[in-house]
Amino acid sequence: MSIAMPAPNQDVIARGPQIVAALQAVLPADAVIHDPQETRAYECDALTAYRCPPLAVVLPRTTAQVAAIMRLCNDMGVPVVPRGAGTSLAGGALPTADCVILGTMRLRDVLEIDTDNRFIRVQSGITNLAVSAELESHGFFYAPDPSSQLACTIAGNIAMNSGGAHCLKYGVTTNNLMGATVVLSTGEIVEMGGPEAGPDGLDMLGLFCGSEGQLGVVTEAILRILPRPEGARPVLIGFGDAEVAGECVANIIRSGVIPVAIEYMDEPCLRAVESFAKAGYPTCNAVLIVEVEGSADEIADQIARIREIADALNPVEFRESRNADEAAKIWKGRKSAFGAMGKLGDYICLDGTVPVGQLPYTLRRIGELSREHGLEVANVFHAGDGNMHPLILFNANQPGDLARAEAFGNDILRLCVEVGGCLTGEHGVGIEKRDLMSTQYAPDDLAIQMEIKDLFDPQWLLNAAKVFPLQASAAHRGRAAE
Amino acid sequence: MSAVQDLLAPTTEAELAAIIADRRRPLRIIGGGTRVQLPPGDDMMIDRLTTTRLSGVVTYSPGEMTLIARPGTPLPEIEAMLAAEGQALAFEPPDLRGVLGGHGAPTLGGMVAANASGPRRLMAGACRDHLLGVRFVDGRGRVIKNGGRVMKNVTGLDLSKLLAGSYGTLAVLTEIVLKTLPHLPARATLVFADMNRAQAVRLFSTALATPFDVTGAAWRDGTAYLRIEGLEKQLIYRRDRLLALLAAHAPQVLDDAATTALWRGLRDVTNFAGSDAPLWRILAKPTDAPAICTALHALGGATSLDWGGGLIWYAGPGSAAQVRALAPHATLIRRAGLTGPAFPPQTGPLARLQSGLRQTFDPAGLLNPGLMDA
Ligand SMILES: Cc1cc2nc3c(=O)[nH]c(=O)nc-3n(C[C@H](O)[C@H](O)[C@H](O)COP(=O)(O)OP(=O)(O)OC[C@H]3O[C@@H](n4cnc5c(N)ncnc54)[C@H](O)[C@@H]3O)c2cc1C
Repeated sequence: MSIAMPAPNQDVIARGPQIVAALQAVLPADAVIHDPQETRAYECDALTAYRCPPLAVVLPRTTAQVAAIMRLCNDMGVPVVPRGAGTSLAGGALPTADCVILGTMRLRDVLEIDTDNRFIRVQSGITNLAVSAELESHGFFYAPDPSSQLACTIAGNIAMNSGGAHCLKYGVTTNNLMGATVVLSTGEIVEMGGPEAGPDGLDMLGLFCGSEGQLGVVTEAILRILPRPEGARPVLIGFGDAEVAGECVANIIRSGVIPVAIEYMDEPCLRAVESFAKAGYPTCNAVLIVEVEGSADEIADQIARIREIADALNPVEFRESRNADEAAKIWKGRKSAFGAMGKLGDYICLDGTVPVGQLPYTLRRIGELSREHGLEVANVFHAGDGNMHPLILFNANQPGDLARAEAFGNDILRLCVEVGGCLTGEHGVGIEKRDLMSTQYAPDDLAIQMEIKDLFDPQWLLNAAKVFPLQASAAHRGRAAE
Repeated sequence: MSAVQDLLAPTTEAELAAIIADRRRPLRIIGGGTRVQLPPGDDMMIDRLTTTRLSGVVTYSPGEMTLIARPGTPLPEIEAMLAAEGQALAFEPPDLRGVLGGHGAPTLGGMVAANASGPRRLMAGACRDHLLGVRFVDGRGRVIKNGGRVMKNVTGLDLSKLLAGSYGTLAVLTEIVLKTLPHLPARATLVFADMNRAQAVRLFSTALATPFDVTGAAWRDGTAYLRIEGLEKQLIYRRDRLLALLAAHAPQVLDDAATTALWRGLRDVTNFAGSDAPLWRILAKPTDAPAICTALHALGGATSLDWGGGLIWYAGPGSAAQVRALAPHATLIRRAGLTGPAFPPQTGPLARLQSGLRQTFDPAGLLNPGLMDA
C-alpha cells in the first residue's frame, strides 16, 4: 500500500447530512445512497488493494440530474468522483471519504441509431458490449473492444480513452468518438463535437477524451460505427525465441498487411494457460495470435503473406484455423489468460507501451528485473502496437509482497519510458501511475496540463488527487481550496 | 512604421523558446504559408516567424510505423521518403495552393496546425488521429512535450489533439510524431454519371454500409465517385462485389492511374481553384447535405461533396450570415473579400473554455492573433 491519498476534507465530512439532504432535494429518492452498508459497494474499482467508502453515492438517470448534482456540489464545495462500472485497473474511480460518487449506470439508453450517417447516440452509462449488441442486427459494430467490455461503460471508455484487441486496425476510443454531452463542474451542459466530422475549431472533444474524469462528466456520446467485416480468422505462430517473435511482429507490420490484432504471450503465461485452460498451445517460448479480416479469399491471401513472413523466421508451429471451432480454440488461451494468471495467485496488471522495435529488449530486461525482485512476471499483450501487459504475481496475504510487486511494477514502467514508450497505453494513470508521471513528463509538461484542469475545474473538486503527482498538484489543489 | 516587419527564423527549439519568452509584440507563425490566406498587408503590420529552418526528419522507423520530424520539413519530402518504404500518411493531406493561391512548399507543421485531411479521412481518420505526440513552445516560451512515439498512449491529458487544427494560435510546434501506414498497393474508382446530390448521398450511405472498405466517396459536377483500395486480390474482390451491389446505376471503372489523378483533384478541390468567389468548407451530417446544397445554390454559386456527403465545398456569393444560417459548421477558407469570422463562432460555456485555453497557452496573445478569430 504505497500510494497515499491526501487527507479528506473534514469540513465536508462534517457537513455530510446536509449534503445528502441537499442531493435528496434535487433527485428522486432512489437516486441517493448514503447508508454505509450500501456505499461500501462503491469503495473500490478493479485496483482492489485501495478502498475507501464515499460520503454518498448518486445514481442519476438524466443529463439534467447530473447537472443539478454538479451545480450543488460546486456550490457546497463537495468533491465528485465519476464512476462507470468500476473496472478501472488504475484506481481511477477510487472514492475519497469526502466525496460523492456520481455513478452513470442508470444512464443507459440508446438514443439514436443512424446507419445512413454511421453513428449511434447513447447515454454514457451503457456498457461497451451492449452498444455492439444493439448494432448487430443493423450489420454494424463499435470498434473499441476492451476485454472488460461486458461490464465497462462508454463513460469509462471515454474517460480512459480505452483500447482493445482490435485497435491495431480501428484505433482507440478517441478515434471512434464523434461527440459528447459533458456536464462541467459548474453544472453547465456543453456539446463537444457532434454527428458531423469535426472539429472546426479547437478540438475540445479530443482534449476531453482520456481526461479521466478531471474535466467534466460525460452523460451522452455519439460513437462512430462501422460495417461488420465479412469474416475474421486467427493464426497461431509459436517461436522458440521471444526476440524472434518480436521480429516477426515488426516484419508483418512492415509488409503492408494490417491485421486487426497481433497478440503476444510469453512462456510463463503459456504455462499458466496450459495448466488452467488446456488450450493446446505448442510448448515454446512465445506465441503470437494474428487475426485478419475480410472475405474468405481475402483472408486466405493475407494469411499466405503472414505465413511467408513467419516461415522465414523458422517458427516452431504455424497453426491456421479452418473453421469457427478452430478459430475459437486459438483464441481460447488468450481470452482465458487473465483468469489463468489469477489462479496462480494475486497479480497486478501493468499497461506500459514501448516502440515495437524495443519489444525484444524490453522483454529481456523485464526477465532480469523479475529475477532481481524475486517475483514472477508473465507477459500477455497487444504486440502490434507495443502495448504491454506484464502481470506481476504476488501473494496478497504475505506482508510486504504487494509493496514489492508495486516496486517491481514501477521499475518496469520506468523501463518503458526509458526505451521511448509511456506509462500507460490504455488503462489510464488514475492513482496507480500518478506519482510516476514525473518520469515521463518534465515539470512544465505537467504544469500546462494542470493549468487546463484549473480552467475546467477551478475548485479541483473532480477526481482530484489522481493523474497528477500529488506533490506537483499540491499548489493547485491548495489554491483551489482557499 | 517600416514597410515590411521582421522575419525571424529560429534554427533550434531553444532559440525559438528564447524568442517567444522575450517577446512583447505578436508574431505571425508561417510554415509553407499554403493553408491560410492572410489579410492583405499583414506582413506590414506584424513580425513573422518562419519554421522553415526548424526542419528535418529526426527518426523514421517503418517497422514501428512512426515518423518523427520537425515542423518546417517540406511535406513533399516526407511523402517521398515514406513512399520509398511503401508507406504513406493515410489521411491524405490536401494541397490547397491551387485554391488559396499560395506559392510556398507545404510543411509538416502547417499540415498538423490545420489538421489537414483529405478524402480518405472517411475511413482512416483525420490528421489528428495519426498524431502520436508533439513538442511545442507555448506563448510563454515554455518548451513542452505531450504524447510520445508509441501507438497507444493515455498518459495524461491529450494536448496533441488540441494542437492539431489550432493553426499555430496556441503554440509553435517543434517536433511532430506521426503514425505512418502501408501505402495500399492497388486502387480503382467506380464512376456514377448523371447523379444529383441526393442520389449520390444515398449511394454513399449504401456503399459505406458494406464491409468493402470504401476509401473515398465524393461528388462533383453531376458525377459520384467511390474509391476502393487494398492489396491486389482484395481490390478485385471488393470492386466486383460493389459493382454487383450497385449494378442498377451502371457504374464505369477507372484504373489505378486514373484513380490516383482523379482523387488528387478531388482532394485539392481543383474544381474551385480557378474561381475567385469566397470558398466555404462545411461539415454536416451526410444526409443533410443535399438540402443544404439546394439552399446554398439559391444564394448563387456551386457546391461539391466529399466524405460521403459529410463535407460540402461551397464557392459562391452567399454572405457569412446566410451561409451559417443554413449550415452552422461553415469555415471560410478563401475570403475573396468577405470579412468577419472565418471559423464558426462559439457561444456559451464552450466559448469561455476556449478563450480560457488561449489564455493558458498564450496569455499575452502573441501567437497568430486573429487567425482563428480570437
Ligand atoms: C479484466 C479487465 C480487463 C480490462 N481490459 C481492458 C482492455 O482491454 N482495454 C482497456 O483499455 N481497458 C481495459 N480494462 C480497464 C477498464 O475496463 C477500462 O479503463 C474501462 O474503460 C473502465 O470503464 P468503467 O465503466 O468500468 O469505468 P470506471 O472504472 O468506473 O471509471 C474509469 C474512469 O472514468 C471516470 N469516469 C467514469 N464515468 C465518467 C463520466 N461519466 N464522466 C467522466 N469521467 C468518468 C472515472 O472517474 C475513472 O477515472 C480492463 C479492466 C479489467 C478489470
